[in-house]
Amino acid sequence: MKVVLRHPKREVEVTGRRRVRDLLKELGLLPGTVLVIRGTELLTTDAIVGEDDEIEVRPVISGGAR
Amino acid sequence: MKCRKCGGAAVLELRRHNTAFCAPDFVEFFRRQVAEAVKRHRMFTREESVLVAVSGGKDSLALWDVLLEGGYKATGLYLDLGIYDYSKESKAKCKAFAAAREAPLLTVSVEEEVGAAIPEVHAATRRPTCSACGLSKRYLTNKAALDHGFAVVATGHNLDDEAATLLGSVLHWQTEPLARQSPSLGSTHPKLVRRVKPLYRLSELETAAYAFLRGIDYIVEECPFAKGATSLLHKEILNRLEEASPGAKHNFLYGFLEKARPAFERVGEVELNECARCGQVTTGTLCGFCKLADQVKRAR
Repeated sequence: MKVVLRHPKREVEVTGRRRVRDLLKELGLLPGTVLVIRGTELLTTDAIVGEDDEIEVRPVISGGAR
Repeated sequence: MKCRKCGGAAVLELRRHNTAFCAPDFVEFFRRQVAEAVKRHRMFTREESVLVAVSGGKDSLALWDVLLEGGYKATGLYLDLGIYDYSKESKAKCKAFAAAREAPLLTVSVEEEVGAAIPEVHAATRRPTCSACGLSKRYLTNKAALDHGFAVVATGHNLDDEAATLLGSVLHWQTEPLARQSPSLGSTHPKLVRRVKPLYRLSELETAAYAFLRGIDYIVEECPFAKGATSLLHKEILNRLEEASPGAKHNFLYGFLEKARPAFERVGEVELNECARCGQVTTGTLCGFCKLADQVKRAR
């Protein structure tokens, strides 16, 4: 599957079906710090993503003094 | 995962509340949390004009959306910081949001007001960029609210922002910022407009999810100057704590507001004067913004 990551924007290819929770673990990301998006859907950590999916992993953390 | 309310498919798990929601029930939960913040801290009424400081990011646009949907008189204020493509894109997002909802949007240019855009302010004054930017934002939002007759300024600070600020203040035992940190800062001078943070009960994950589910087109890219900011390190530490112990951030912030802040408030009172040059409020003779503008002028 194609996984789009941000900061900077880039794509990685991941093979095999797995739970979102496991995908994030492999990418070294904490579940509370990203939205996992498939098309117009938000996915929870127990959702299963597969070969044909295109997933966006969007960070939610904003920085600097605001 | 199932929605705890209706049993449908969940789109977001909220571990700190030990629950999960489908899209419509999450949107309702989010708006209820904002309503609770507004009510609990008497932030504003539907009769008052609210100036919402918008950056084009998820938090401020989500806040503006909730207030407009809730029937509040909410005008957006965009400060053009002049930070390369980041400012151009964020300004376009704010304008598109306002146009789609026929909501009023004011724009103020930092370059016109300070004498230079934020990147040049940094080069001219050698002040850390986020510090000069934060000072300019506080000053210019207050000035815009006074000039246009707004009762209150609302900002998109969320639970994570507030918890990270608190951690930063505690690590250095900065008693004055601790005394001032609050979801609602009342006006302590006729020229200081009330400032409120209606999203302080909602985490960054929740504001991002709300913006996504509402179809809000916000800027996902970060300000180029935020990279390496200490506040990001504090957020990372808190997120690790949260992962191991859901509710840690919430307990840290709420515990401070309920139990510790009153003690700091008693010792944090300062005398307020009007700046000898611009007339805005300061604790000294010349305000921080006028000093910054002087530094910029000298360097040019």
